[in-house]
Amino acid sequence: MLRFVVRRLLLLIPILFGVSVLLFFWVRALPGSPAESLLGERATPELVEAYKERYGLNDPVWRQYVTYMDTTVKDRDLGISVATHRQVTDEIRLRFPATVELALTAMLFAVSFGIPLGFIAAKRYGGPVDHGSLFLSLIGISVPIFVLAILLKYVFAVQLGWLPSVGRIDLLIETEHPTNFYLLDAIIVREWATFVDVSKHLILPAIALGSIPLAIIARITRASVLDVQNEDYVRTARAKGMSPGVVDRRHVLRNALLPVTTVIGLQTGLLLSGAILTETVFAFPGMGSWLRDAIFNRDYPVLQGGILFLAFVFVLINLLVDVAYAFLNPRIRYSG
Amino acid sequence: MAGAVVACLLVAGAATAGSRSDASPSAAAPTTLIYAGASDPTYLDPALVSDGESFRVTKQIYESLVDFAPGTTRLVPSLATSWSVAKDGRTYTFNLRGGVRFHDGTRFNAAAVCANFNRWFNFSGPFQDASATYYYQTVFSGFRRNENATLGKPLFQSCRAAGQLKAVIKLTRKNGPFVPSLVLSAFAIQSPTAMARYGANQGTIRNGVFAPTGTYPFQHPTGTGPYRLEKWTVGESVILRKNPTYWNKKQPRLARVIIRPISDNTARVQALQTGEVFGMDLLAPQLVATVRGNSRLKVLSRPAFNVAYVTIQSAKPPMNDIRVRRAVAYGLNRQLVVNSFYAGRGQVAHEFMPPSLPGYAKDVTKYSFNPTRARDLLRQAGCGPPCKIEFWYPTGVSRPYMPDPKANYEAFKASLEQSGFDVQTTSMPWRPDYVKHVNEGTAGHLNLIGWTGDYADADNFLGTFFQGFSPQFQERNPALDRLLDRAEQETNQAKRVALYKQANRLIMQNLPGVPYAHSTPALGFQKRVRGYYTSPIGTDLFKTVFLGGQ
Repeated sequence: MLRFVVRRLLLLIPILFGVSVLLFFWVRALPGSPAESLLGERATPELVEAYKERYGLNDPVWRQYVTYMDTTVKDRDLGISVATHRQVTDEIRLRFPATVELALTAMLFAVSFGIPLGFIAAKRYGGPVDHGSLFLSLIGISVPIFVLAILLKYVFAVQLGWLPSVGRIDLLIETEHPTNFYLLDAIIVREWATFVDVSKHLILPAIALGSIPLAIIARITRASVLDVQNEDYVRTARAKGMSPGVVDRRHVLRNALLPVTTVIGLQTGLLLSGAILTETVFAFPGMGSWLRDAIFNRDYPVLQGGILFLAFVFVLINLLVDVAYAFLNPRIRYSG
Repeated sequence: MAGAVVACLLVAGAATAGSRSDASPSAAAPTTLIYAGASDPTYLDPALVSDGESFRVTKQIYESLVDFAPGTTRLVPSLATSWSVAKDGRTYTFNLRGGVRFHDGTRFNAAAVCANFNRWFNFSGPFQDASATYYYQTVFSGFRRNENATLGKPLFQSCRAAGQLKAVIKLTRKNGPFVPSLVLSAFAIQSPTAMARYGANQGTIRNGVFAPTGTYPFQHPTGTGPYRLEKWTVGESVILRKNPTYWNKKQPRLARVIIRPISDNTARVQALQTGEVFGMDLLAPQLVATVRGNSRLKVLSRPAFNVAYVTIQSAKPPMNDIRVRRAVAYGLNRQLVVNSFYAGRGQVAHEFMPPSLPGYAKDVTKYSFNPTRARDLLRQAGCGPPCKIEFWYPTGVSRPYMPDPKANYEAFKASLEQSGFDVQTTSMPWRPDYVKHVNEGTAGHLNLIGWTGDYADADNFLGTFFQGFSPQFQERNPALDRLLDRAEQETNQAKRVALYKQANRLIMQNLPGVPYAHSTPALGFQKRVRGYYTSPIGTDLFKTVFLGGQ
């Protein structure tokens, strides 16, 4: 197992290198350059040209890449944002906790409702509940996140006024944020009212963001339960006179959840990759809204550094999923 | 466990937070204003930024020597109580306000004023980059030691403290816009002590991006303004706290101002509807009706300080014939465009500067839509009709002066075709292609574009467009050049105004382009927000604002 983990960790190096090359060429394929963003629309063509010349934006892309990597490795950071003029690493440190908090809440929502829904659908196979759950999961997958986000916001925030429409916290609350994970911070400083307020701010974006994973988890759970409940060992357990509840809990659900674990891991990685639309609709100050602005601003350092960081997180979570899988299923052995 | 937490989250909707320092936003909150802008400030050293979101914050923290009377472009005293210019037209004496202190407790005086002017003048290395000192370079042209060829001869020569409260500033040449330009937040006076202590003059350029490296512009901005920075959480809020030692004891009227960034237009309006913010800038024209339709909300207008115009490439045949240019002016149905696409927030432009600015002439040649006249002019010029021309418009952009370029274009195309033109369409993404081609003079015969003013002086409009050769218009007009040079150097305000009026008349006779709209941008507020004055240049002061009942 240790050899497997080490090998996977070493594999991170070529993966991240490949991602950095792809990213570098992709952002330069976008029309425009940071020169126009930095100097604004009032910049004269001479000024834009002088800027490009001075900072090597007219050099061949491979040379720009070498310069970029050289500076990144030497200075050990990801550069400075063209739009905000702040270190990319500082921005990640400030924004990533918001995205993690939102992604985990969304996944919690997806798991909490997806697994029971899938399980019940499988148990009522072919009946109205099964069809209903299939229909719901189809809607969950097909409705674009931003449509759902706008709809939820309009109904529950604007019309009913039950929940806040923007941000992470009521700005009139004065509190400390030692970790930037606001839920955790509220627990650390023991401010339960703040915990409740932060939770309220998470509900709508988490539901919008969690709708797709919920649908996927429900469908995988249903299929997996249908598969497992006809296995010999389940029939044996029933034949031995075990109660249906115990059979479902010990034999069906436990085994059926193995493939679901993989899906949860992969979906968590995707959610952490930045919920661009959800964060924009809810003005949620995470990685997604930051990357959206970076695309509009042709903010090369943010696009390169931010996405590289998210790729690293994604690969790392995949590794964790693989390791967790081995622990969950003793039959699986990873050869060195 | 998971279910329990989700349940907790779901029931949270019914609970309320208990550790607010103030009342709920939906209830009365008499001492704190929450205001929505579109993004975070870049940083809080006004000398080093050029964007409106940064100035929105720095305008509350710092003050300049002069300011505008609230809601107007009329110059009034601020940190300087009066000023005068010597007979040489280059030496300005500013009498300063006494009893003023910076937020760090140090005294505001003539030495502090000179320290600021000398700081700007002596900027070197990364600080001479256009992305760092755009406004200094625009107004003062160059530094003590210019480090690149695009910089010009500096306007500033020296600053001398003639006593505690008298600063004498000498320029290298006469310059009429000098005092009006000092209104810009970029020329606000900062505490020399705090700047030295927190590294305001430390900065670097990495891969072409300027970045301050000291903590001053992020954590310790120090001015004399009505509010001081309490906390800045990037992406979430800038919290400003009342300056208890502010020189005007009656202001500010609020204890705190919280400025939050909400980039999405609709999200900003919805936050206003839900009471999560009390006021917001940049209300999109199509959302004005939503705000108006809510009995708890109101719409304020920012005075027009912009101009949308059609450039005419006057060096490119057939536009080199004044009769064709006049046919264009008569063929553009500007009233229809303003009525149809500005949601009631526009007016037809007759000059290249807004009517509120001194120098606006009421007696310029005006061109109402007249297709018959346009056809006659084309016949006289021997160009059709139909007279074949290229007309360009930008895509992927909305500007305050041009909310819907495509709609504007289509209406203009129809009216030009009715007037005897055969219009060939070209569209391009605003950045980088469209702006690049228009600025370089390589776009069509006609092109849609516009401008929002930076400071209240005709030079900021007419000087920018027409002083010297502008590839955008391909205009070479020595008479106009001389007029604008004289106006720039004239320090007698009445004479300057007369010169700019003359320039406006000349421009509208010669038609290097056709101005077509001034728009009045909208802002949204809860009705309980009182005392808010909208600044034409967009940097509103919060010190007069207070919150009443609904």
